[in-house]
Amino acid sequence: MTNKTYQLEAVSCPSCILKIEGMLKKTKGVKEYDVLFNSSRVKVTFDEDVTSTEAIQDRIEKLGYPVVSVK
Amino acid sequence: MLQKVSKKTIVYVSGALALLSFVLHQFIGYHPLTIVVMLLTTVIAGTPIFLKAIGALRYKIVGIDLLVTIAVTGALIIGEYWEAAAVTFLFMLGDYLESRTIEKTRASIREMLDSAPKVTTVRRDGVDLTIDSEDVVRGDIVVIKPGEKVSIDGTIIEGEAYINQAAITGESIPESKSVGDVVYSGSIVESGYLLVEAVEVGEDTTFARILRMVEEAQDKKAKSQKFLEKFSRYYTPAVIVLAVAFYFFSRDIRLALTLLVIACPGALVISAPVSIVAGIGNGAKNGVLIKGGEIMEKLGTIKAVAFDKTGTLTEGKPEVTKVQGIGASEREVLRIAAIGEAYSEHPLARAILRRAEKDMGPIVELPEDSEIIAGHGLTFHYAGDRYLIGNRKLLREASIDFSEHTPLIESEEDHGQTTVLIAKNDRLFGIISIADTVRHDAASLVSDLKKQGIQKIVMLTGDNERAARAIATEVGLDGYYSELLPEDKVRKLSSLQKEFGRTAMVGDGVNDAPALAGADPGIAIGGVGSDVAMETADVVLMSAEVSKLSYAVGLSRATVSNMKQNIAFALIVAALLVAGVMMKTVNLSFGMLVHELSVFLVIVNAVRLLRYGKKKERRPKEKGAPVNEPV
Repeated sequence: MTNKTYQLEAVSCPSCILKIEGMLKKTKGVKEYDVLFNSSRVKVTFDEDVTSTEAIQDRIEKLGYPVVSVK
Repeated sequence: MLQKVSKKTIVYVSGALALLSFVLHQFIGYHPLTIVVMLLTTVIAGTPIFLKAIGALRYKIVGIDLLVTIAVTGALIIGEYWEAAAVTFLFMLGDYLESRTIEKTRASIREMLDSAPKVTTVRRDGVDLTIDSEDVVRGDIVVIKPGEKVSIDGTIIEGEAYINQAAITGESIPESKSVGDVVYSGSIVESGYLLVEAVEVGEDTTFARILRMVEEAQDKKAKSQKFLEKFSRYYTPAVIVLAVAFYFFSRDIRLALTLLVIACPGALVISAPVSIVAGIGNGAKNGVLIKGGEIMEKLGTIKAVAFDKTGTLTEGKPEVTKVQGIGASEREVLRIAAIGEAYSEHPLARAILRRAEKDMGPIVELPEDSEIIAGHGLTFHYAGDRYLIGNRKLLREASIDFSEHTPLIESEEDHGQTTVLIAKNDRLFGIISIADTVRHDAASLVSDLKKQGIQKIVMLTGDNERAARAIATEVGLDGYYSELLPEDKVRKLSSLQKEFGRTAMVGDGVNDAPALAGADPGIAIGGVGSDVAMETADVVLMSAEVSKLSYAVGLSRATVSNMKQNIAFALIVAALLVAGVMMKTVNLSFGMLVHELSVFLVIVNAVRLLRYGKKKERRPKEKGAPVNEPV
């Protein structure tokens, strides 16, 4: 299991959170996630064998939320 | 690739094009050139919106982007090119301004995050190395020079310094620290040079943990906020259905499209979170951690406050205030007491030892066959005499008669003193009075809380009745409950809740953790250094300044009322817009303008909260401002 935190550009609408949550829910290999509106962060716990840090970042960015940094 | 183009560029380019098309329209009317420019504006500003809408739709989420996309597509189909251009541009502009302003509400936290130093100087094998702060490990010797920030929690092993801990406690007056003292990450060494052994590093430092708690607190939803989120989840799809229905009834496509745009719940969904994030940010900056919007709602509406005594209303450091000898000198009484207590860890014993060392230097003599009698005191032999040190029970059980001195003892206790009696063989030999200093700001806090309309302010303590009464009177409390065990405090608290309504419990977490956890809200004081208190309490006053509580109550009230203003404003604007659309006075682009403006105003209102608490400092300046003299 791997834990990653993605720092996004300031997220300004709470409905964005719903979108990102919806996407993560449907992403294979993602076990747990937490999308923080105020700190504009996405915390994800995932299985390295199924998906990857980059693949998740790519999916977040495809939704229209540029990732500033990953920790 | 379009995602890589910054929002700013899109806003500027589409803005310039929108302006150009507007000018063209004025001069050459709906010329093909005008239409091309309008379409270009729509495409540039609209593509990111369209992409977001499609992205969301893939995960079956209907968002505001979809509403705008439908409205714009509709406008293009019916030939309203100007409306399409204006709406897309305004939406992008609003989005850009909102994210810029919303950053401001989060600025307090960002500043705190940025205050952690990137590099640290460590001394390894006698060589000073400058390394990345993340690479410092426990046990490293960290070198800190004046003006530098501390990146670890550690113990000073060499040097003395004035340290500003404002980042953690909100208290900007520097504290003097020397060998053996603990320094915290995030504080600044103002003068002096320190060698510190790292105890906690990286994510485990107090500062890092506080930041994590603040972030979690900001994202913890208030009740009203949860409701709004649920509401918006069903609201947006409902608006689409409504617009379609409206079209079927009125056959007015323009009206239906306008409805789509203005009914976006933007201002409403953002109203609560922006207020809360600004309020919590303001608190964190001033050394008060409030764990979430719901706690703010509670703290703002408390009716009664119960304080713990030791360490909360008092400093928690007992000091010897008076030594009285009975047929012996004060010095002799203190010396004997110090010898007897040489091995004891009891706080009262520590106070006696401190005072004896201060007056006479280190005491090297040791007691013989010393025996501790729990809850009473101890007995020992020294230089052929038998001594007893302890409370009245100890002497009574040893059948020592001290009745002629009882008035003396009771008068000390009436002044809030705890008395320690010393008997030599069969006679009372001396009385040592020990008291805990009442915090300098405790009395002013109590009067401030009363001004804020708190109905009942009481103290719950395990101490004796006389000492409790003395402190309650000094601080100006409405009442006190003494000789309580920790579980009694919990019981007392729930009876207060029944009688007065919401009751806060304030304690330092030492022997009141159960009461803190049970209280609603539980408030911990002096959070830095007490992990248990920091984790269990709902509100943490980082510094030892108990007066911050009144600020925290005020801040919570200001935040809750700011949130209510925002919600009310958003609802009124939405209602007015819907009415305007029905009466055909609001068109697509004007609706979008008002909508975006309302979102922006809601954020600006929340930004005001960042200034809460600064007004007091400003007022005298305003008064002293020079009056304009007529020339």
